[in-house]
Amino acid sequence: MARILTYTEKNTWIHRLSGVTKLLFFLSWSVVGMLTYDTRVLLTMLVISLIIFKISKTEWKQIGTVFKFILLFLLLNLLTVFVFSPYEGTKIYGTKTVLCQLVGNYAITKEQLFYELNIMFKYFTVIPIVLMFIVTTNPSEFAASLNHIGVSYKVGYAVAIALRYVPDVQSDFNKIKHAQEARGIEMSGKASLKSRIKSMASIIFPLIFSSMDRIDVVSNAMELRGFGKNKKRTWYSGKALQRNDYLTIGFVIVFCIAALFITFRDGSRFYNPFL
Amino acid sequence: MKQKFGIKEVVAIGIGTALFVVLTNVQIPFGIIPNTALQSRVAILTFFAAVFGPVVGGAIGLIGHALGDALFYGGVWWSWVFPDAVFGILVGIFASKYAIKEGGFGKKAIILFNVIQVVANAIAWILVAPVLDILIYAEPTDKVFIQGALAFIGNIIVSGVLGTLIAAAYSKVGAKSSSLTKE
Repeated sequence: MARILTYTEKNTWIHRLSGVTKLLFFLSWSVVGMLTYDTRVLLTMLVISLIIFKISKTEWKQIGTVFKFILLFLLLNLLTVFVFSPYEGTKIYGTKTVLCQLVGNYAITKEQLFYELNIMFKYFTVIPIVLMFIVTTNPSEFAASLNHIGVSYKVGYAVAIALRYVPDVQSDFNKIKHAQEARGIEMSGKASLKSRIKSMASIIFPLIFSSMDRIDVVSNAMELRGFGKNKKRTWYSGKALQRNDYLTIGFVIVFCIAALFITFRDGSRFYNPFL
Repeated sequence: MKQKFGIKEVVAIGIGTALFVVLTNVQIPFGIIPNTALQSRVAILTFFAAVFGPVVGGAIGLIGHALGDALFYGGVWWSWVFPDAVFGILVGIFASKYAIKEGGFGKKAIILFNVIQVVANAIAWILVAPVLDILIYAEPTDKVFIQGALAFIGNIIVSGVLGTLIAAAYSKVGAKSSSLTKE
Protein backbone atom coordinates (compact mmCIF):
# COMPACT_ATOMS: atom_id res chain seq x y z
CA MET A 1 0.00 0.00 0.00
CA ALA A 2 2.56 2.53 -1.04
CA ARG A 3 -0.12 4.60 -2.65
CA ILE A 4 -1.08 6.67 0.35
CA LEU A 5 0.47 10.11 0.69
CA THR A 6 2.55 10.93 3.74
CA TYR A 7 4.42 13.82 5.28
CA THR A 8 8.07 14.01 4.28
CA GLU A 9 10.56 16.15 6.13
CA LYS A 10 12.35 18.72 3.99
CA ASN A 11 13.72 22.19 4.51
CA THR A 12 11.99 24.63 2.18
CA TRP A 13 10.18 27.79 3.25
CA ILE A 14 6.87 26.04 2.59
CA HIS A 15 7.78 23.32 5.08
CA ARG A 16 8.73 25.98 7.60
CA LEU A 17 5.34 27.72 7.35
CA SER A 18 2.95 27.08 10.19
CA GLY A 19 0.27 24.44 9.74
CA VAL A 20 -2.41 27.09 10.24
CA THR A 21 -1.16 29.08 7.28
CA LYS A 22 -1.16 26.04 5.05
CA LEU A 23 -4.62 24.97 6.23
CA LEU A 24 -6.05 28.45 5.60
CA PHE A 25 -4.39 28.56 2.22
CA PHE A 26 -5.69 25.13 1.27
CA LEU A 27 -9.25 25.83 2.44
CA SER A 28 -9.63 29.22 0.79
CA TRP A 29 -7.93 27.96 -2.36
CA SER A 30 -10.36 25.07 -2.68
CA VAL A 31 -13.37 27.29 -1.93
CA VAL A 32 -12.38 29.66 -4.75
CA GLY A 33 -11.56 26.72 -7.00
CA MET A 34 -15.02 25.33 -6.25
CA LEU A 35 -16.90 28.56 -6.88
CA THR A 36 -15.27 29.94 -9.97
CA TYR A 37 -15.76 28.72 -13.50
CA ASP A 38 -13.93 31.71 -14.90
CA THR A 39 -11.26 30.37 -17.21
CA ARG A 40 -8.92 33.33 -16.68
CA VAL A 41 -9.04 32.96 -12.90
CA LEU A 42 -8.61 29.19 -13.13
CA LEU A 43 -5.56 29.54 -15.39
CA THR A 44 -3.93 32.05 -13.04
CA MET A 45 -4.58 29.74 -10.10
CA LEU A 46 -3.19 26.81 -12.04
CA VAL A 47 0.06 28.65 -12.74
CA ILE A 48 0.42 29.73 -9.09
CA SER A 49 -0.34 26.19 -7.90
CA LEU A 50 2.35 24.77 -10.13
CA ILE A 51 4.91 27.36 -8.98
CA ILE A 52 4.17 26.62 -5.32
CA PHE A 53 4.37 22.93 -6.04
CA LYS A 54 7.77 23.40 -7.67
CA ILE A 55 9.07 25.41 -4.69
CA SER A 56 7.97 22.72 -2.22
CA LYS A 57 10.50 20.35 -3.89
CA THR A 58 8.01 17.51 -3.95
CA GLU A 59 9.36 14.59 -5.91
CA TRP A 60 7.48 12.56 -8.48
CA LYS A 61 7.94 9.33 -6.55
CA GLN A 62 6.09 10.81 -3.55
CA ILE A 63 2.97 11.54 -5.56
CA GLY A 64 3.32 9.66 -8.86
CA THR A 65 0.93 6.78 -8.24
CA VAL A 66 -1.69 8.99 -6.64
CA PHE A 67 -1.43 11.40 -9.53
CA LYS A 68 -2.02 8.69 -12.15
CA PHE A 69 -5.06 7.57 -10.23
CA ILE A 70 -6.44 11.12 -10.19
CA LEU A 71 -5.96 11.39 -13.95
CA LEU A 72 -7.91 8.20 -14.53
CA PHE A 73 -10.69 9.38 -12.27
CA LEU A 74 -10.77 12.77 -13.96
CA LEU A 75 -11.04 11.21 -17.43
CA LEU A 76 -13.89 8.98 -16.31
CA ASN A 77 -15.72 11.95 -14.84
CA LEU A 78 -15.32 14.03 -17.99
CA LEU A 79 -16.62 11.14 -20.08
CA THR A 80 -19.63 10.68 -17.80
CA VAL A 81 -20.48 14.37 -17.99
CA PHE A 82 -20.45 14.07 -21.78
CA VAL A 83 -22.54 10.90 -21.83
CA PHE A 84 -25.22 12.31 -19.55
CA SER A 85 -25.30 15.83 -20.84
CA PRO A 86 -23.59 16.39 -24.21
CA TYR A 87 -25.09 19.88 -24.51
CA GLU A 88 -24.39 21.21 -21.00
CA GLY A 89 -21.90 23.67 -22.49
CA THR A 90 -24.44 24.89 -25.03
CA LYS A 91 -26.93 25.47 -22.23
CA ILE A 92 -24.41 27.49 -20.23
CA TYR A 93 -22.83 29.59 -22.96
CA GLY A 94 -25.94 30.04 -25.07
CA THR A 95 -24.41 29.24 -28.45
CA LYS A 96 -23.95 26.01 -30.39
CA THR A 97 -20.98 25.36 -32.61
CA VAL A 98 -20.95 21.76 -33.78
CA LEU A 99 -17.49 20.44 -34.53
CA CYS A 100 -18.29 16.83 -35.29
CA GLN A 101 -21.58 14.93 -35.44
CA LEU A 102 -21.58 11.60 -33.60
CA VAL A 103 -24.23 8.87 -33.52
CA GLY A 104 -27.80 9.73 -32.60
CA ASN A 105 -28.28 12.81 -30.49
CA TYR A 106 -24.58 13.18 -29.65
CA ALA A 107 -22.36 15.81 -31.18
CA ILE A 108 -19.13 17.37 -30.06
CA THR A 109 -19.58 21.10 -29.69
CA LYS A 110 -17.00 23.79 -29.01
CA GLU A 111 -18.99 24.92 -25.96
CA GLN A 112 -19.03 21.43 -24.45
CA LEU A 113 -15.27 21.05 -24.95
CA PHE A 114 -14.72 24.43 -23.32
CA TYR A 115 -16.98 23.55 -20.38
CA GLU A 116 -15.19 20.25 -19.79
CA LEU A 117 -11.83 21.98 -20.13
CA ASN A 118 -12.94 24.24 -17.27
CA ILE A 119 -13.88 21.22 -15.15
CA MET A 120 -10.42 19.84 -15.80
CA PHE A 121 -8.78 23.11 -14.78
CA LYS A 122 -10.83 23.09 -11.59
CA TYR A 123 -9.27 19.78 -10.67
CA PHE A 124 -5.76 20.83 -11.63
CA THR A 125 -5.83 24.07 -9.64
CA VAL A 126 -6.66 22.29 -6.40
CA ILE A 127 -4.73 19.01 -6.76
CA PRO A 128 -1.19 20.45 -6.39
CA ILE A 129 -2.24 22.42 -3.30
CA VAL A 130 -3.81 19.39 -1.61
CA LEU A 131 -0.80 17.22 -2.41
CA MET A 132 1.51 19.93 -1.13
CA PHE A 133 -0.50 20.42 2.05
CA ILE A 134 -0.24 16.75 2.88
CA VAL A 135 3.40 16.15 2.06
CA THR A 136 4.66 19.33 3.77
CA THR A 137 2.63 19.49 7.00
CA ASN A 138 3.79 17.67 10.10
CA PRO A 139 0.71 16.03 11.70
CA SER A 140 1.51 16.91 15.33
CA GLU A 141 2.38 20.47 14.42
CA PHE A 142 -0.89 20.63 12.52
CA ALA A 143 -2.89 19.63 15.61
CA ALA A 144 -1.08 22.26 17.65
CA SER A 145 -1.81 24.93 15.08
CA LEU A 146 -5.50 24.01 14.95
CA ASN A 147 -5.57 24.79 18.65
CA HIS A 148 -3.76 28.08 18.06
CA ILE A 149 -6.47 29.36 15.74
CA GLY A 150 -9.11 28.73 18.39
CA VAL A 151 -10.30 25.21 17.67
CA SER A 152 -10.86 23.27 20.90
CA TYR A 153 -7.79 21.23 21.75
CA LYS A 154 -9.95 18.14 22.02
CA VAL A 155 -10.84 18.44 18.35
CA GLY A 156 -7.21 19.11 17.52
CA TYR A 157 -6.26 16.01 19.44
CA ALA A 158 -8.90 13.91 17.66
CA VAL A 159 -7.39 14.95 14.33
CA ALA A 160 -3.88 14.25 15.63
CA ILE A 161 -4.93 10.79 16.77
CA ALA A 162 -6.49 10.12 13.37
CA LEU A 163 -3.31 11.07 11.55
CA ARG A 164 -1.17 9.21 14.07
CA TYR A 165 -3.14 5.96 13.76
CA VAL A 166 -3.64 5.78 10.00
CA PRO A 167 -0.37 3.85 9.49
CA ASP A 168 -1.12 1.56 12.46
CA VAL A 169 -4.61 0.73 11.27
CA GLN A 170 -3.21 0.30 7.78
CA SER A 171 -0.72 -2.29 8.99
CA ASP A 172 -3.46 -4.06 11.00
CA PHE A 173 -5.55 -4.12 7.86
CA ASN A 174 -2.74 -5.64 5.80
CA LYS A 175 -2.04 -8.30 8.40
CA ILE A 176 -5.70 -9.30 8.56
CA LYS A 177 -6.01 -9.26 4.80
CA HIS A 178 -2.96 -11.49 4.31
CA ALA A 179 -4.19 -13.86 7.00
CA GLN A 180 -7.60 -14.15 5.38
CA GLU A 181 -6.09 -14.58 1.93
CA ALA A 182 -3.89 -17.36 3.28
CA ARG A 183 -7.09 -19.03 4.39
CA GLY A 184 -8.33 -18.90 0.81
CA ILE A 185 -10.55 -15.82 0.66
CA GLU A 186 -10.81 -14.32 -2.80
CA MET A 187 -10.55 -10.51 -2.86
CA SER A 188 -10.11 -9.87 -6.58
CA GLY A 189 -12.75 -9.21 -9.23
CA LYS A 190 -13.08 -12.88 -10.05
CA ALA A 191 -15.43 -13.65 -7.18
CA SER A 192 -19.18 -12.99 -7.30
CA LEU A 193 -20.66 -9.87 -5.70
CA LYS A 194 -22.10 -11.78 -2.76
CA SER A 195 -18.88 -13.54 -1.91
CA ARG A 196 -16.96 -10.29 -2.29
CA ILE A 197 -19.19 -8.63 0.28
CA LYS A 198 -18.60 -11.63 2.50
CA SER A 199 -14.83 -11.38 2.14
CA MET A 200 -15.06 -7.66 2.83
CA ALA A 201 -16.84 -8.52 6.07
CA SER A 202 -14.19 -11.06 7.00
CA ILE A 203 -11.61 -8.27 7.01
CA ILE A 204 -13.71 -5.54 8.57
CA PHE A 205 -14.92 -7.61 11.52
CA PRO A 206 -11.53 -8.31 13.10
CA LEU A 207 -10.39 -4.80 12.18
CA ILE A 208 -13.28 -3.15 14.03
CA PHE A 209 -12.94 -5.38 17.05
CA SER A 210 -9.22 -4.72 17.40
CA SER A 211 -9.88 -1.01 16.92
CA MET A 212 -12.51 -0.96 19.65
CA ASP A 213 -9.91 -2.49 21.96
CA ARG A 214 -7.44 0.13 20.86
CA ILE A 215 -9.92 2.89 21.67
CA ASP A 216 -10.20 1.53 25.22
CA VAL A 217 -6.45 1.25 25.65
CA VAL A 218 -5.71 4.73 24.31
CA SER A 219 -8.53 6.47 26.15
CA ASN A 220 -7.63 4.78 29.44
CA ALA A 221 -4.03 5.84 28.99
CA MET A 222 -5.10 9.41 28.29
CA GLU A 223 -7.47 9.37 31.24
CA LEU A 224 -4.69 8.21 33.55
CA ARG A 225 -2.56 11.13 32.40
CA GLY A 226 -5.34 13.58 33.15
CA PHE A 227 -6.30 14.51 29.59
CA GLY A 228 -9.16 16.99 29.40
CA LYS A 229 -8.82 18.11 32.99
CA ASN A 230 -7.87 21.70 32.23
CA LYS A 231 -9.25 24.22 29.78
CA LYS A 232 -5.90 24.71 28.07
CA ARG A 233 -2.84 22.68 27.24
CA THR A 234 0.58 23.37 25.84
CA TRP A 235 2.05 21.83 22.71
CA TYR A 236 5.48 20.40 22.16
CA SER A 237 5.48 20.93 18.41
CA GLY A 238 3.50 24.16 18.18
CA LYS A 239 4.85 27.00 16.07
CA ALA A 240 4.06 30.67 16.38
CA LEU A 241 3.12 32.58 13.23
CA GLN A 242 6.07 34.36 11.65
CA ARG A 243 6.57 37.02 9.02
CA ASN A 244 6.26 34.59 6.10
CA ASP A 245 3.03 33.22 7.54
CA TYR A 246 1.45 36.66 7.67
CA LEU A 247 2.64 37.40 4.14
CA THR A 248 1.17 34.16 2.83
CA ILE A 249 -2.16 34.64 4.60
CA GLY A 250 -2.32 38.23 3.36
CA PHE A 251 -1.61 37.10 -0.19
CA VAL A 252 -4.25 34.38 -0.19
CA ILE A 253 -6.94 36.69 1.23
CA VAL A 254 -6.26 39.40 -1.35
CA PHE A 255 -6.05 36.86 -4.14
CA CYS A 256 -9.31 35.14 -3.21
CA ILE A 257 -11.24 38.41 -2.98
CA ALA A 258 -9.86 39.51 -6.35
CA ALA A 259 -10.62 36.14 -7.93
CA LEU A 260 -14.20 36.10 -6.68
CA PHE A 261 -14.67 39.74 -7.73
CA ILE A 262 -13.50 38.99 -11.30
CA THR A 263 -15.62 35.83 -11.43
CA PHE A 264 -18.89 37.33 -10.31
CA ARG A 265 -18.52 40.85 -11.75
CA ASP A 266 -20.69 40.06 -14.78
CA GLY A 267 -23.29 38.23 -12.70
CA SER A 268 -22.32 34.73 -13.81
CA ARG A 269 -19.61 32.38 -12.62
CA PHE A 270 -18.80 31.34 -16.18
CA TYR A 271 -16.44 33.21 -18.47
CA ASN A 272 -18.03 33.28 -21.89
CA PRO A 273 -15.72 33.63 -24.90
CA PHE A 274 -18.49 32.76 -27.36
CA LEU A 275 -20.37 36.04 -27.24
CA MET B 1 -23.82 9.74 29.24
CA LYS B 2 -23.92 9.94 25.46
CA GLN B 3 -24.08 13.70 25.10
CA LYS B 4 -20.84 14.85 26.71
CA PHE B 5 -17.66 15.14 24.73
CA GLY B 6 -15.19 13.18 26.82
CA ILE B 7 -11.92 11.35 26.32
CA LYS B 8 -13.59 8.31 24.82
CA GLU B 9 -15.29 10.44 22.19
CA VAL B 10 -12.03 12.17 21.28
CA VAL B 11 -10.28 8.84 20.83
CA ALA B 12 -13.26 7.31 19.02
CA ILE B 13 -13.23 10.15 16.49
CA GLY B 14 -9.48 9.72 16.02
CA ILE B 15 -9.42 5.96 15.59
CA GLY B 16 -12.73 5.87 13.70
CA THR B 17 -11.40 8.43 11.26
CA ALA B 18 -8.19 6.43 10.83
CA LEU B 19 -10.26 3.30 10.06
CA PHE B 20 -12.47 5.24 7.67
CA VAL B 21 -9.41 6.62 5.87
CA VAL B 22 -7.70 3.24 5.57
CA LEU B 23 -10.83 1.60 4.19
CA THR B 24 -11.28 4.35 1.59
CA ASN B 25 -9.45 2.06 -0.75
CA VAL B 26 -11.47 -1.07 -0.01
CA GLN B 27 -14.48 -0.93 -2.24
CA ILE B 28 -16.32 -2.88 -4.91
CA PRO B 29 -16.96 -0.63 -7.92
CA PHE B 30 -20.33 -0.56 -9.66
CA GLY B 31 -18.77 -0.19 -13.07
CA ILE B 32 -18.96 2.71 -15.45
CA ILE B 33 -20.19 5.55 -13.20
CA PRO B 34 -17.18 7.11 -11.46
CA ASN B 35 -17.11 7.61 -7.71
CA THR B 36 -19.83 5.07 -6.97
CA ALA B 37 -19.06 1.74 -5.35
CA LEU B 38 -19.92 -0.49 -2.43
CA GLN B 39 -17.72 1.31 0.08
CA SER B 40 -16.65 -0.64 3.12
CA ARG B 41 -15.85 2.59 4.94
CA VAL B 42 -19.57 3.33 5.11
CA ALA B 43 -19.94 0.35 7.45
CA ILE B 44 -17.37 1.95 9.79
CA LEU B 45 -19.18 5.27 9.76
CA THR B 46 -22.55 3.64 10.44
CA PHE B 47 -21.17 1.51 13.25
CA PHE B 48 -19.26 4.30 15.00
CA ALA B 49 -22.20 6.70 14.71
CA ALA B 50 -24.55 4.08 16.12
CA VAL B 51 -22.23 3.29 19.05
CA PHE B 52 -20.82 6.71 19.95
CA GLY B 53 -23.55 9.13 18.88
CA PRO B 54 -24.03 12.12 16.56
CA VAL B 55 -20.90 14.14 17.42
CA VAL B 56 -18.55 11.24 16.75
CA GLY B 57 -20.54 10.15 13.68
CA GLY B 58 -20.59 13.60 12.15
CA ALA B 59 -16.92 14.23 12.87
CA ILE B 60 -15.81 10.90 11.39
CA GLY B 61 -17.91 11.55 8.28
CA LEU B 62 -16.51 15.04 7.83
CA ILE B 63 -12.84 14.60 8.78
CA GLY B 64 -12.62 11.03 7.50
CA HIS B 65 -14.05 11.76 4.09
CA ALA B 66 -12.03 14.94 3.57
CA LEU B 67 -8.81 13.34 4.82
CA GLY B 68 -9.37 10.05 2.99
CA ASP B 69 -10.06 11.81 -0.29
CA ALA B 70 -7.04 14.04 0.15
CA LEU B 71 -4.69 11.18 1.04
CA PHE B 72 -5.83 8.76 -1.66
CA TYR B 73 -7.09 10.95 -4.48
CA GLY B 74 -5.25 14.21 -3.86
CA GLY B 75 -8.44 16.25 -4.05
CA VAL B 76 -11.42 16.90 -1.82
CA TRP B 77 -14.87 16.67 -3.37
CA TRP B 78 -16.65 18.84 -0.79
CA SER B 79 -20.16 18.21 -2.04
CA TRP B 80 -19.73 14.55 -1.09
CA VAL B 81 -17.97 15.22 2.20
CA PHE B 82 -20.95 16.93 3.83
CA PRO B 83 -23.49 14.19 3.06
CA ASP B 84 -21.30 11.72 4.96
CA ALA B 85 -21.29 14.08 7.95
CA VAL B 86 -25.07 14.49 7.70
CA PHE B 87 -25.46 10.73 7.56
CA GLY B 88 -23.24 10.23 10.61
CA ILE B 89 -25.17 12.81 12.62
CA LEU B 90 -28.59 11.42 11.68
CA VAL B 91 -27.67 7.83 12.52
CA GLY B 92 -25.95 8.98 15.70
CA ILE B 93 -28.91 10.94 17.08
CA PHE B 94 -30.65 7.70 18.00
CA ALA B 95 -27.51 6.02 19.38
CA SER B 96 -28.94 5.49 22.85
CA LYS B 97 -31.99 3.76 21.37
CA TYR B 98 -29.91 1.01 19.75
CA ALA B 99 -28.06 0.33 23.03
CA ILE B 100 -25.31 -1.50 21.16
CA LYS B 101 -22.71 -1.14 23.91
CA GLU B 102 -25.14 -2.20 26.60
CA GLY B 103 -25.81 -5.43 24.71
CA GLY B 104 -29.39 -4.53 23.87
CA PHE B 105 -29.18 -4.67 20.07
CA GLY B 106 -32.16 -7.00 19.60
CA LYS B 107 -34.84 -7.32 16.92
CA LYS B 108 -36.57 -4.02 17.70
CA ALA B 109 -33.33 -2.07 17.74
CA ILE B 110 -32.22 -3.71 14.50
CA ILE B 111 -35.42 -2.66 12.74
CA LEU B 112 -35.18 0.89 14.10
CA PHE B 113 -31.52 1.05 13.13
CA ASN B 114 -32.26 0.01 9.56
CA VAL B 115 -35.21 2.35 9.11
CA ILE B 116 -33.08 5.28 10.29
CA GLN B 117 -30.16 4.13 8.20
CA VAL B 118 -32.27 4.10 5.00
CA VAL B 119 -33.86 7.48 5.77
CA ALA B 120 -30.48 9.04 6.62
CA ASN B 121 -28.93 7.65 3.45
CA ALA B 122 -31.81 9.00 1.39
CA ILE B 123 -31.46 12.48 2.86
CA ALA B 124 -27.68 12.44 2.46
CA TRP B 125 -27.34 11.00 -1.04
CA ILE B 126 -30.55 11.72 -2.89
CA LEU B 127 -30.99 15.21 -1.45
CA VAL B 128 -27.84 16.79 -0.04
CA ALA B 129 -25.15 15.38 -2.36
CA PRO B 130 -26.73 16.16 -5.77
CA VAL B 131 -27.94 19.58 -4.64
CA LEU B 132 -24.44 20.50 -3.43
CA ASP B 133 -22.96 19.10 -6.65
CA ILE B 134 -25.15 21.44 -8.66
CA LEU B 135 -24.66 24.45 -6.38
CA ILE B 136 -20.92 24.10 -5.93
CA TYR B 137 -19.67 22.46 -9.09
CA ALA B 138 -22.47 23.25 -11.60
CA GLU B 139 -22.48 19.69 -12.87
CA PRO B 140 -25.26 18.36 -15.15
CA THR B 141 -28.45 17.55 -13.20
CA ASP B 142 -29.09 14.06 -14.61
CA LYS B 143 -25.56 12.91 -13.90
CA VAL B 144 -25.46 13.98 -10.26
CA PHE B 145 -28.85 12.51 -9.44
CA ILE B 146 -27.92 9.17 -10.98
CA GLN B 147 -24.62 9.20 -9.08
CA GLY B 148 -26.51 10.13 -5.92
CA ALA B 149 -29.05 7.35 -6.42
CA LEU B 150 -26.28 4.79 -6.98
CA ALA B 151 -24.46 5.98 -3.87
CA PHE B 152 -27.75 5.67 -1.98
CA ILE B 153 -28.28 2.07 -3.13
CA GLY B 154 -24.67 1.09 -2.47
CA ASN B 155 -24.66 2.67 0.97
CA ILE B 156 -27.93 1.16 2.18
CA ILE B 157 -26.59 -2.25 1.19
CA VAL B 158 -23.34 -1.70 3.08
CA SER B 159 -24.92 -0.05 6.14
CA GLY B 160 -27.77 -2.54 6.18
CA VAL B 161 -25.79 -5.74 5.76
CA LEU B 162 -22.33 -5.04 7.19
CA GLY B 163 -23.47 -2.34 9.62
CA THR B 164 -26.17 -4.51 11.17
CA LEU B 165 -23.94 -7.59 11.36
CA ILE B 166 -21.07 -5.72 12.99
CA ALA B 167 -23.36 -3.97 15.48
CA ALA B 168 -25.09 -7.24 16.38
CA ALA B 169 -21.79 -9.06 16.82
CA TYR B 170 -20.26 -6.27 18.87
CA SER B 171 -23.36 -5.99 21.00
CA LYS B 172 -23.01 -9.68 21.90
CA VAL B 173 -19.26 -9.90 22.40
CA GLY B 174 -17.78 -6.51 23.05
CA ALA B 175 -20.32 -4.97 25.39
CA LYS B 176 -18.98 -3.67 28.68
CA SER B 177 -15.43 -2.67 27.99
CA SER B 178 -13.96 0.01 30.22
CA SER B 179 -14.34 -0.06 33.95
CA LEU B 180 -13.03 3.46 34.39
CA THR B 181 -15.50 6.32 34.58
CA LYS B 182 -14.78 10.00 34.72
CA GLU B 183 -15.47 11.67 38.03
